[in-house]
Formats: sequence, structure tokens, C-alpha cells
Amino acid sequence: MSAILRKIIAPGGIPAWGIRVIASRTYSSSAGGKEMTVRDALNSALDEEMSADPSVLLMGEEVGEYQGAYKISKGLLDKYGPKRVIDTPITEAGFTGMAVGAAYHGLRPVVEFMTFNFSMQAIDHIINSAAKSNYMSSGQISVPIVFRGPNGAAAGVGAQHSQCYAAWYASCPGLKVLVPYNSEDARGLLKAAIRDPDPVVFLENELLYGESFPISAEALDSSFCLPIGKAKIEREGKDVTIVAFSKMVGYALKAAEILAKEGVSAEVINLRSIRPLDRATINTSVRKTNRLVTVEEGFPQHGVGAEICASIVEESFEYLDAPVERITGADVPMPYAANLERMAVPQVEDIVRAAKRTCYRSVPVAVNA
Amino acid sequence: MAATAFSASKFTQSFSLNSTRSVDRPPLFPASHPLKTTPSSFLGSTRKLSLSSPSSSTSRRRRRPSRSPAVVAVSEVVKEKKSKSNVSLSNPLITNEEGLELYEDMVLGRSFEDMCAQMYYRGKMFGFVHLYNGQEAVSTGFIKLLKQEDCVVSTYRDHVHALSKGVPARAVMSELFGKTTGCCRGQGGSMHMFSKEHNLLGGFAFIGEGIPVATGAAFTSKYRREVLKEADCDHVTLAFFGDGTCNNGQFFECLNMAALWKLPIVFVVENNLWAIGMSHLRATSDPEIWKKGPAFGMPGVHVDGMDVLKVREVAKEAIGRARRGEGPTLVECETYRFRGHSLADPDELRDPAEKARYASRDPISALKKYMFENNLASEAELKAIDKKIDELVEDAVEFADESPLPARSQLLENVFADPRGFGIGPDGRYRCEDPKFTEGTAQV
Repeated sequence: MSAILRKIIAPGGIPAWGIRVIASRTYSSSAGGKEMTVRDALNSALDEEMSADPSVLLMGEEVGEYQGAYKISKGLLDKYGPKRVIDTPITEAGFTGMAVGAAYHGLRPVVEFMTFNFSMQAIDHIINSAAKSNYMSSGQISVPIVFRGPNGAAAGVGAQHSQCYAAWYASCPGLKVLVPYNSEDARGLLKAAIRDPDPVVFLENELLYGESFPISAEALDSSFCLPIGKAKIEREGKDVTIVAFSKMVGYALKAAEILAKEGVSAEVINLRSIRPLDRATINTSVRKTNRLVTVEEGFPQHGVGAEICASIVEESFEYLDAPVERITGADVPMPYAANLERMAVPQVEDIVRAAKRTCYRSVPVAVNA
Repeated sequence: MAATAFSASKFTQSFSLNSTRSVDRPPLFPASHPLKTTPSSFLGSTRKLSLSSPSSSTSRRRRRPSRSPAVVAVSEVVKEKKSKSNVSLSNPLITNEEGLELYEDMVLGRSFEDMCAQMYYRGKMFGFVHLYNGQEAVSTGFIKLLKQEDCVVSTYRDHVHALSKGVPARAVMSELFGKTTGCCRGQGGSMHMFSKEHNLLGGFAFIGEGIPVATGAAFTSKYRREVLKEADCDHVTLAFFGDGTCNNGQFFECLNMAALWKLPIVFVVENNLWAIGMSHLRATSDPEIWKKGPAFGMPGVHVDGMDVLKVREVAKEAIGRARRGEGPTLVECETYRFRGHSLADPDELRDPAEKARYASRDPISALKKYMFENNLASEAELKAIDKKIDELVEDAVEFADESPLPARSQLLENVFADPRGFGIGPDGRYRCEDPKFTEGTAQV
């Protein structure tokens, strides 16, 4: 049986402005009910790593005096000075290359892209100078650099500001690609990324910056670090596995709530890391539930969902009871008009519908793109 | 016309027009001296920005660059002309009609942008909106000299460039509202205004992205004349971009190519001294952008971008040069944006004294004053124009409000010029031939 892959464009749904994710349940022992926004989590992670290691520096546009284009680096210029928090001119190719060169020589730069769309101007250095160097030099030159910034669609920002780069960067050997969802992820993964000796692409999400999540005391500790390459099961279930990353985890959790009311128990996996992809966790989960739905914001062709589906088919084929469903963004550049934009991005209803389809196969198979 | 200081000779005297090889040429900008007088008079400060040590700053209100007050840096050539015809009563630079046209265009730009701010705060507009208040003189000064076939390429701060080029206010407002009657049918948005009819080639979100595109348009113009033998194709392209862009590699690459191949393009730098919160002086090793022109073999001119007449004079010369096939020009317009970078920008880093200083040089008031002093227009005429523009903008808002949202089927349109790019469907036919495809009910 061939895995038929599908995606739906849905009308209506939650307006792009009004998305609010209900706080997710985490697994770390929650002592006390502290909450933290993703923005503060990132800020604190940067702060702690910079104070622990003087070779860590932050560079990017507006990171210093402006306190960060999205205020992620607020207060860091005051604390560490202009030699460690560097406002660059608008020259991505230039400063990214420069940061990579600094990393060759032992510094640990954190490069901020105002959005990952602008990283396209610097992608030559990310791939050719950073990702491939350790291999080309047979281990002599490691590049302990972190490229971070918001990724994916925001609200109403048009085609050139809304692309998701997870799939592009994740296809390149030599890079590690991390995608935090909540504050705990943000803190733990950013600290891990900065300590990591390899180039890490750290894809945040602008709409999540202001979201507040509960955070455990353990996560607030300055030595807290999450392992790279390990996905997290945000919600246990037994009927269908929903795999998502970044903002879509919030949607998946909401969908799981809705499905629970209808008697479908969904297991939600927060990938946390796209390269290396935690195939073991996903496969184990699918062997338990026998059905899979992948959710991502990016373009469908050659996306993250495609890779996950291939992985499942290779390793857990006999365990599948239904074709794998892929929910992705629409195969068009992001439109500006609000109603078209809603249609171009996955909504909670799409996930619910897809999950139901894997469970009952009630809607007949349709055309794919 | 009293603009003798701007005669063509000033620009071309050092050029050997026939040769495109710049290897042996001496530095070219005619009016520059080896010791350019008072470099510190430019932008009113020394190169050294006062960097108070971070620990001394306690408030969130960061230190501002300490500049010596009130400098209006004007290029040598313009200064000469100004001293010759000092607000000359006998020889005004424009006629009555021209004056009214310029005034109307600037007021349209200003009112439109003010209305955009209102609409944004009412939620009718969303996403990133970058307003042009204060910089109208540059847009009007340059674009009003163009023909319909000439091209304009802009940045995300493109509403007023679109309006000056002739795109109807209704179309621009609808586009901002995301309606299907917008100039890009709601698919582009504030930052991506395109109009084939008016040869507005965008609207680009990335800094510097428009410059190579503009260079390409100029290249096409030259190609059509020389290869396709359309002898009368003398279309000129204007590329508008900001001070931050002048540190980007694409800018330099295009300066090189344009000068090398003598493309009919004018690079217009709208130097408003700030790139979001980054002061031009903090980001640039040599802040005098006009100097970068001669380094590549084209004239670089600096002009007061708050004065539409000065801009217009420089523009005439630069556009004339391009039209005659003499090659590109780099024009740096010192201007200022009265509002923040975008409507989401708190604009805390700019010194209020600096803002006040430039506000007193508001281009619209300056033009008004000039016209009264030279008896080019009466109070009543200008008031009539103000009223007309107010009504036009109101009408645009109403039109945009009443226009429909794009239909569902529009989502898949225009991805390809040839929709067979969507491939073959399972029934063996091209997917775009399936009627369900355009109805928006097909699964994609």
C-alpha cells in the first residue's frame, strides 16, 4: 500500500492575530507555578551563557541599542558592553561570514537574523563556511556558532517575511537545527546550542515570543540544558501520533483536546530538534498508536513531514494502520490579504480532520500536489 | 533657467565618454577637492560618535549621538547656485503649474501616509507598515520628472513612490487593506507594491534587494536600444533605497556594473540617518555616501532632501545624463522620516531635538513658503489642493473598505505565469485544467 499523502486548505479558523496557546503540560517536575515568556527565556539563556563564557558574543542588526528587534537581547548591551553585543550594519553576508571566521578561531558567536528570511543573504556562509568546515578540514576546524532568529509566518507580513526554513537547513549535513516551542525548550535548547561545538541553526517563532508557559525550578537553573536530538512527548495518547514543531505544537495540543472530547486519544510529540531528527521516539510512538499525522508551517514539497513519513515507512511500515497524513502550509508564497493568509497556514481544524481521517478513514482520498 | 551651476559639463567634464574602461581614469567627481572642505559639516558631527560607557547609562532611554546642532549640508554645486539665485524673485526655478503639481503630489503623499497610520491603529491594515512622512521631497522631486515608461524600484517604504508614479490612491489603499481591488489584488501588501502599467517594479522587503532589480531594468532599456534596435528607447530607471542599504554588498556590486556598462539608472539614496534604531554614523565607516559614486566611476552628488526644488534640479541633471546614455549617477538626498521606522517602532532612540530640527524643515511648508514668496500661487489655490487631496484620500479609504476580500480561489492563482507549473494530476491531465482547481475546493 502506498502511503498517500494529503494536505487540506481550510477556510476560516482562528484569525492570525488572535492565536493564544493554552499552557502546555511539561514533564519536568513542576515545583511552584512560575511562568515565563519565551522572550524572557531566551534572554535569560543568552545572559547566563554570556556571563559563563567570555568568548560568547552576540551580533546582529539592532541587538544592542534597540534592545533587539523583538527585544530578545534586552539589557544585554548594558550588561556586557558594545564589544560583546555588536550592532552590525545591514550586511548579512558580511557579518555572518565574519562571525564564522571568528568561530574558526575559537570565539563562540551567536548571530541573530532579524528573521530567517534574511539568512538567505548569508546562506552561503552558513552552509559552505560553517556547516562543511569540520568535514573539509577533517576535524581540525570546528565552528561553535549559533544562528538564531524568528522563523516562519508572523501575521500579515507578506511573502518575503513568512517562509519557514526548517526543511532547507535540516537537509544539510554538518548543521544542527533546533526548534523550541515553549520557554523550557527555549532556555534549554539555546543553552545547549551555545555550548555545542558545531554550527546550530536555532529557529524561533515570532508569535511565540510573547507566550507565557509554566517553567520548573530545574529549568531556571543556570546549568540547565536539554539534549540535542531528543524529541519530547508533550501529551501521551494511544490512538494517533501527531508530530509537530515550534508553533504547530500549540495547535497540535489544542487539536488533541478537541479530539479527546470525541474519543480519540492523540499523542503529541514536540520534535525540538529537526536535525538530528529523533526517529526513535517517533517510531516508538507510531508502533504504539499505528497512525501518524505530521504538522508543519512550511511548504509541502520536500518538507519536514516528508522526511518523517519516509522514515516511518522505512522502519515501521507494518505497524501503520492508515496512510500518514501531512499537514503543511499551502504551496504558494504567503499572501498578504488576511483571509488568504489564514488559508495558507495550517489551522487547528486541519489537524483535527486529518487525525480523524487516520482513525476512521471517513473522508475519501483526494488529489495531492 | 538660472541653473547654470548644474549644466551638463559639471558632471561630465572628467569623463571620457567613449570608453567604458575605467582603469586609467582619475577620480571623477568634478566638484570635489582633494581636501573636501569641512567633512565635519556633513551631518553636523564628527566621525566619532560619543559612546558613553554602557555602565553609565541607567535609564532605558539610551544616549543619543551628540551632534553639533543645525547643519544643512549641501553639495558644493547646489551651494553655488543658491548663492547666485538666493530665493530669487526674478528667476524662480519652477512655473506656477509645476509648483502646484509638486505641492499636490507632496500633500497627497503626506495625507495618505497619515491616513495609513489611522487605519492601522483601527486594525484595517496589518503587518508591517512603513511610512514616508518627511521624505516627500525626494519622491516628488524625482518621480515627477519621469515618463510613464520609466521604471521606479523601491523598498518597503514604497507607498508614496507608488502614488508619485501614478498608481491610483484607491489601488494602493485597497492593497493595504488586503482587498482584491488592490494594485496586487491583496497578495502583496504594504511592502510589495507592483504596477506593470506604471512601471513600478516593487516594493521589496529586503534591504538592497531592489537595487539589482533596478539595474536589470536599466540593462533592459539599453539592450532594447542596442540589440533589439528600438532606437527611441531611452527609458531611465530610478532605484530608491536608504542609508543602511549602502553598507550592503549588492549596492556596491550594482554600482560597479552600472558604471561599467553605462546603464541608464540613477541610484537615489534616501539618507534619513537611521536604519530602524541604528544610526548611520554607527554603521558606516565613511558616512558620506555620495563619495562612493566616484570610487566606481560615476558622479556622486549630495543634495538637501528636504527641499523639493533642490532635489528636482539634481534629478533633472541625473535623469538627463542617463537618458543621453552617459551612464549612472549616485544621488544622496539628506532627508528625515518624521515617524518611526514602522508603525510598530517605538522610536525611542532618536533625539527629539534632531526630530524638531528636521520638522522645521518640512518640505511641504518649505515649498509653500517658496511659492508665496515668488508669487507662484495664492493661499486659496493651495487650500483648494489640500481639500481636494483630503477628499481623494477619504474616497480611497471608503473604496477600500467597501471592496471585497479576495476569493478563496485566488489563493492558488499567480503562483506561476504558466499554471501548468502545478504539474500533472492523478487523472493524467494538467492539474490547472481541473475545474475544481480554480474553485478553491481542490486539495493541493
